[in-house]
Amino acid sequence: MRTAPAKGAATRDAAAKEAATGEVATFEVVLKIRRNNPEASGEHGAGAGYWQEFTVTVHSTERVLDALHTIKWEQDGSLTFRRSCAHGVCGSDAMRINGRNRLACKALIKDLNPTRPITIEPIQGLPVLKDLIVDMEPFFASYREIMPFLMPSGDVPKRERLQSPEQRERFEDTTKCILCAACTTSCPVFWTDGQYFGPAAIVNAHRFIFDSRDDAAWERLEILNDKAGVWKCRTTFNCTDACPRGIQVTEAISQVKRALNTGRI
Amino acid sequence: MTHYEYDVVIVGAGGAGMRAALESSQHAKTAVLTKLYPTRSHTGAAQGGMAAALSNVEDDNYEWHVYDTVKGGDYLVDQDAAEIMCREAIDAVLDLEKMGLPFNRTEDGKIDQRRFGGHTREHGAAPVRRACYAADRTGHMILQTLYQQCVKQKVEFYNEFYVLDLILSENPQSAKKGAKVSVTGVVALELATGEIHTFSAKSVVLATGGAGKVFKTTSNAHTLTGDGMGIALRAGLPLEDMEFFQFHPTGLYGLGILLSEAARGEGGILRNSEGERFMERYAPSIKDLAPRDVVARAIAREVREGRGCGPKKDYVLLDLTHLSPEHIDEKLPDITEFARTYLGVEPHTEGVPTYPTAHYAMGGIPTTVHGEVLRNATETVDGLFAAGECACVSVHGANRLGTNSLLDINVFGRRAGAAAATHAAKAKQPAMPADASARVVQIVERLLAGSADASSPRPGEIRAELQEAMDRDAQVFRTAESLTHVQAQVPGLKERFARATIQDKGRRFNTDLLEAIELGFLLDLADVILAGALAREESRGGHFREDFPTRDDKNFLKHTLAYATPTGVTLDYKPVVITKYEPKERVY
Repeated sequence: MRTAPAKGAATRDAAAKEAATGEVATFEVVLKIRRNNPEASGEHGAGAGYWQEFTVTVHSTERVLDALHTIKWEQDGSLTFRRSCAHGVCGSDAMRINGRNRLACKALIKDLNPTRPITIEPIQGLPVLKDLIVDMEPFFASYREIMPFLMPSGDVPKRERLQSPEQRERFEDTTKCILCAACTTSCPVFWTDGQYFGPAAIVNAHRFIFDSRDDAAWERLEILNDKAGVWKCRTTFNCTDACPRGIQVTEAISQVKRALNTGRI
Repeated sequence: MTHYEYDVVIVGAGGAGMRAALESSQHAKTAVLTKLYPTRSHTGAAQGGMAAALSNVEDDNYEWHVYDTVKGGDYLVDQDAAEIMCREAIDAVLDLEKMGLPFNRTEDGKIDQRRFGGHTREHGAAPVRRACYAADRTGHMILQTLYQQCVKQKVEFYNEFYVLDLILSENPQSAKKGAKVSVTGVVALELATGEIHTFSAKSVVLATGGAGKVFKTTSNAHTLTGDGMGIALRAGLPLEDMEFFQFHPTGLYGLGILLSEAARGEGGILRNSEGERFMERYAPSIKDLAPRDVVARAIAREVREGRGCGPKKDYVLLDLTHLSPEHIDEKLPDITEFARTYLGVEPHTEGVPTYPTAHYAMGGIPTTVHGEVLRNATETVDGLFAAGECACVSVHGANRLGTNSLLDINVFGRRAGAAAATHAAKAKQPAMPADASARVVQIVERLLAGSADASSPRPGEIRAELQEAMDRDAQVFRTAESLTHVQAQVPGLKERFARATIQDKGRRFNTDLLEAIELGFLLDLADVILAGALAREESRGGHFREDFPTRDDKNFLKHTLAYATPTGVTLDYKPVVITKYEPKERVY
């Protein structure tokens, strides 16, 4: 068994030095990564997941994504993950970090107790394709089912449709969704029930149900009233904790349930 | 390998690609091929707004917008194109609203508007509220809204299909004057399987975005490697005005993450180590809301002259502390969160460390106002279109105004999509040559062959060296010496790249392979940027030559066209379209 060196003190000393000199402190950290190579044979053959540890030197300001890049660029080019914007707006790099869903580009290593190995796994409940990459199609299929587009009725106006700031405020929170799947793949119901739409699809339904310009709320609510819909939610709040955009996911789901219960939007 | 046939193939699913797809798929059998899932595209990182003279909150008209765009671009803007963009801006915004985009609203329910750098009323008299916005995530909302409409319209996407070659009927560089050169299709690598596929298309629209990863410090995504520009260049087509790269003034210090100009539009102020609002010295009339090139140079100069902040005196502060926390949280929630997350700085009470960051390519694949791609100064390629950041219409000239890129992708994305469909309606399905995929197969197989031993160069090392050299020598300030210095490095990097191998030898999701291919494009583009920058012995917009610090209209009021030839980059020029606004000295 690995004994973790006492790096906590070193990290703190380094931080103090950094503040004084402007030099960014560095320290060593171990990343324990869940690997999966669909083309391999032998012990780590196709589909057989296994753990691999990498030791990397990181700066105190770095993100988990930076550490993954350091491994990929300097140690093992075959380490595979998706990423793009690297600052939490594109939704490519949701992964399970120390048991919690996060974006690798928003998780700072210094905030993760770097004295112990940081575990990194693919998000759960979607088929793993290679290392940290999962098949996103089932996720987007649920998204498409809730008709994620404005469906107004009546004539198309010449200018903009009017909407007061208060009307807009009702669905503002759920417009922030970046479809990263962190919420859906943190949901225990989603893990065990492949039929459940999952929180992200409900968030995106909410975004239209409560938009004053939309006239298809009840069509969407009908879909969500289905056995695969909102009633599956057990209100465990995993989704809210996982959302890298700070969306009040459980609250949004509750509002959808309330609309179904009361018949009012 | 599979062969596909479509009327229209669109490459890229950011704002320009999806806006084109919404238009084209109504009339023609359309496929969108995209390296990333559409919602991952970098349009989603745009923050501040989209310009349109709606006059919702104060008097404005599109002609003032044209003037600002032309002046902002330091008179290198094609004025006919700018006029189209600014006139069509109003419908472009209203169209997005009708698609469902949740713009911020005025008290009476209209689309709200705010100030942005370089946008003025009455030809520079004072800042005007022209930017339509959704908090500081306008690009996110545009990307989501366009994707939602694509879902509604059942647009056909090929996600994670990386287009690596453009197949034309003949090499445009050897085609005779007046000869018809036409598109036949594209070749793509399917990332999930590693298979190479061919797509025959009557029309192809390139909408692959920018190339910020040529530089180290950049607001751009890791995936913005100039692929579309690179394949056009390799197919024998010119790139226009590539020496004009925008350095956004306020990148988050050390990281380059974008902090929107909206921060200054909402009242934010830049301060140096003495606490001075230094923009008063550089742009007395509009101060912190001067165009980006002016502000970026001012910041770099403050730092160079010893008035930078922090232990290394190498950044300035974006100060929002005089604004109410409620106002900041309502109007700028995302960027203030970036400051907290990545630097541990609380913008309510502290200045945010910022420094210029490579942000936007003003140049790109030259097109007409219909998105048709030019193969030289006057002739187009039949069936080939481009839109968005990878294209150069040219509406941004030497410096793009903030909020004009979200506008550009919507106006010219729509135009390119419509033109592509119209062209496809009268064209025959082109036959692709039997060896269409040969170039791509060669690139892929070379990288997959050979074992990666300790002596073979790593793509990651080469990329880092390129990016560091470009930051050091071709950023905000340039000289013949600095440009020659970095230019001399590129052949060595290319030579090492030719010998480089990768470690992942698999076919499926080989991102090691993907990144190596991307590096190839970056190296080609660096050559073009440097050749144009070295030849342009003047300072204009985003291109500032310390050895030629003034604008030289006599010799350089013209667009650069750069071609990659077997003997290196060759340069040609094309006149600027001037309709109303004669070039004048640019003061703010």
